[in-house]
Amino acid sequence: MFPLCIAGLRFAPEGRIVLNGLDLELSGEGISVIIGPNGAGKTLLLRLLAGVLPAHGGSILWGGAARADGRLAMVFQQPMLLRMSVFTNVEFALRPQAMTADERRARARDVLERVGLVHRAKDCARLLSGGERQRLALARAWAMRPRLLLLDEPTASLDPSATEAVERIIREIRTEGAKVLMTTHNLGQATRLADDIIFLAEGRVQEHESAQRFFARPQSPAARAFMQGELPWRIAFDR
Amino acid sequence: MAHCFRSLILALGLLVGAAHAEETLIVASTTSTEQSGLFGWILPKFEQSTGIKVRIVAVGTGQALDIGRRGDADVLFVHERAAEDKFVAEGYGSYRQDVMYNDFVFIGPKDDPAKIRNAGNALGALKAIAASGQPFISRGDKSGTHAAELRLWKEAGLEPKSLTGYKETGSGMGPTLNMTAAINGYTLSDRATWGAFKNRRDLDLVLAGDPVLFNPYGVIPVNSARHPHVNKQAAERFTLWLTSKDGQAAIAAFRADGQPVFFPNAKK
Amino acid sequence: MTPTLLDALFLLGHFDHRLLDIVGLSLRVSLSALTIGALLGLPLGAWLAVASFPGRGALIVALNALMGLPSVVVGVMVYLALSRSGPLGSYGLLFSPAAMIVAQSVLVVPLIAAVTRQIVEDAWREYAPELSLIGISRPQAVMLLLTDCRFSLSVATLAGLGRAMSEVGAVMIVGGNIDGYTRVMTTAIALETSKGDLALSIALGIVLMAIILSLNVAAHFLRCWAVRRYG
Repeated sequence: MFPLCIAGLRFAPEGRIVLNGLDLELSGEGISVIIGPNGAGKTLLLRLLAGVLPAHGGSILWGGAARADGRLAMVFQQPMLLRMSVFTNVEFALRPQAMTADERRARARDVLERVGLVHRAKDCARLLSGGERQRLALARAWAMRPRLLLLDEPTASLDPSATEAVERIIREIRTEGAKVLMTTHNLGQATRLADDIIFLAEGRVQEHESAQRFFARPQSPAARAFMQGELPWRIAFDR
Repeated sequence: MAHCFRSLILALGLLVGAAHAEETLIVASTTSTEQSGLFGWILPKFEQSTGIKVRIVAVGTGQALDIGRRGDADVLFVHERAAEDKFVAEGYGSYRQDVMYNDFVFIGPKDDPAKIRNAGNALGALKAIAASGQPFISRGDKSGTHAAELRLWKEAGLEPKSLTGYKETGSGMGPTLNMTAAINGYTLSDRATWGAFKNRRDLDLVLAGDPVLFNPYGVIPVNSARHPHVNKQAAERFTLWLTSKDGQAAIAAFRADGQPVFFPNAKK
Repeated sequence: MTPTLLDALFLLGHFDHRLLDIVGLSLRVSLSALTIGALLGLPLGAWLAVASFPGRGALIVALNALMGLPSVVVGVMVYLALSRSGPLGSYGLLFSPAAMIVAQSVLVVPLIAAVTRQIVEDAWREYAPELSLIGISRPQAVMLLLTDCRFSLSVATLAGLGRAMSEVGAVMIVGGNIDGYTRVMTTAIALETSKGDLALSIALGIVLMAIILSLNVAAHFLRCWAVRRYG
């Protein structure tokens, strides 16, 4: 499944170019964090990898093969929750796998414990708070034991304590051996979690560096401007 | 698959209809006999003496004959001689027997604006109504009553549809009387339904007794040679009973509004 | 008018047995039709929501149109089909409660199927990306969606029951309005009114409206409770 090699990836719905020949290579370990300005195509890239959308050009090779031979899981920004209990929302995701009902239930319990939601197992998933929902979605994805976990802005609407809880879970998942690819707006989060940084702007990967080196000194001018909080477009005040 | 479908429907039907172990007979008859209350009176006597449960489908004579032609009923009990004879002649019915007759009566406003009381007979009454331009409500539903009404107009030499006040409801005697009461017009009704009718308002019986207004009823078992599934035995027992002393007596004893309305006339 | 209303209330208060028989039959026929309607309509609607094949759009339009099928038209069609001279005549179902159940089922199935299709399709659009990523097969997804939308679907089936109980055209034609056998509330109201005997009509009318009202109240509370409990 790895290394994941993306070459010349294009996505241009109705002629409007969003991804413009994106190249990227990912190893099978660690947490890779994608950052970049809005509209750069971060969420889009994850969706293309997940196969939710078809690309309009370029190639994605999973360890040389056209298809991924390991399991892929994704947590969307607004995770889908069934109108059922927290427990069922994790357990149902395991049904396509070759497990007995007891095994499914055991694993669901296990992940819910590890994300700290087991005390709410019988409650209705949709009544959970934002932070709890994200933890539930993570638990579901984690229960599937994916080889690659895609996370789209996992703490976008969460308060600091909820954010911290989620980050802890992400680190644990990485420790267990899954590859994590996530997007974020939160530069502090990126510094805390990332093993390597992918800087996406104008539909291409502008930089792909180890986190240490990127935050010490970003190479590309766009990255530098972004890190300084500069606007990617100019506003003229005196005219 | 069809077997499953049938079983499911029958199962539901049984659940709903409450399984009838007794024998049943489907009689296609007219609205006048049912709405007058005649069946409510004579059928329990029949059921008691034979144990056969009678189911009455009460529609206009036209539809009753059509039901008989399709084989959806076992016996017909209607009142339109010409159509009945044709029905038997075409092989849809086994035979026809007289059972009873009632008469038609003219119903109109109490104060009789068209002055048909003065006319003295049916044809004269129709001419008076035509001349006065008063509203006349027709059933217009191919029933025995409707057919009789059209016959009378024809004999009087009038074309009813050309009259300004002529209205066709396309429905049974009850709704037609309702409309007549509502617009205070004239209509031709069978005596029995009028007797049982409660919503009279300003209407009254204004003319009756002319022999041309007599309305004979016939009973016709549906031809089992044509439709083998009909309940031939029960149909014949019904026919027999209607024309027997008991049946005829029951008919004679029926009262609507305190008056006898049906007059038995089965041939001995 | 007022004496008639008093007579009607009298009939209701004394549980007049004619009235009870008629109400009982109406409920049994319509509930049976609803059962068939749900058994056929729910899977059909759900399958149509997630399937994709050429002509799907046309089928959906046709199904939505069938929702508005006039009951008398259904009555005539079923009458001709069930008549002894018709294709299904050998079952001898005409002029029986079974025929009425068939006719009302024909009315209810498209209604339930069309509404189910809409509800499940909306849910499918929301859930599809994640469900396919998790690896749920289509049939499994359909079962999941039906369960997830169970409250909206219950409300839809209640609507189907309302339609069945209120219609008069179909059951009049295929049932024959036989006294004590195929006379239901709506056909009895029609008959008694035409005879000018309004007391029983009004009494039955009150019962019928009470039932329809209760159905709608139940649907409303079900919706409210479901949102509160399940979000």
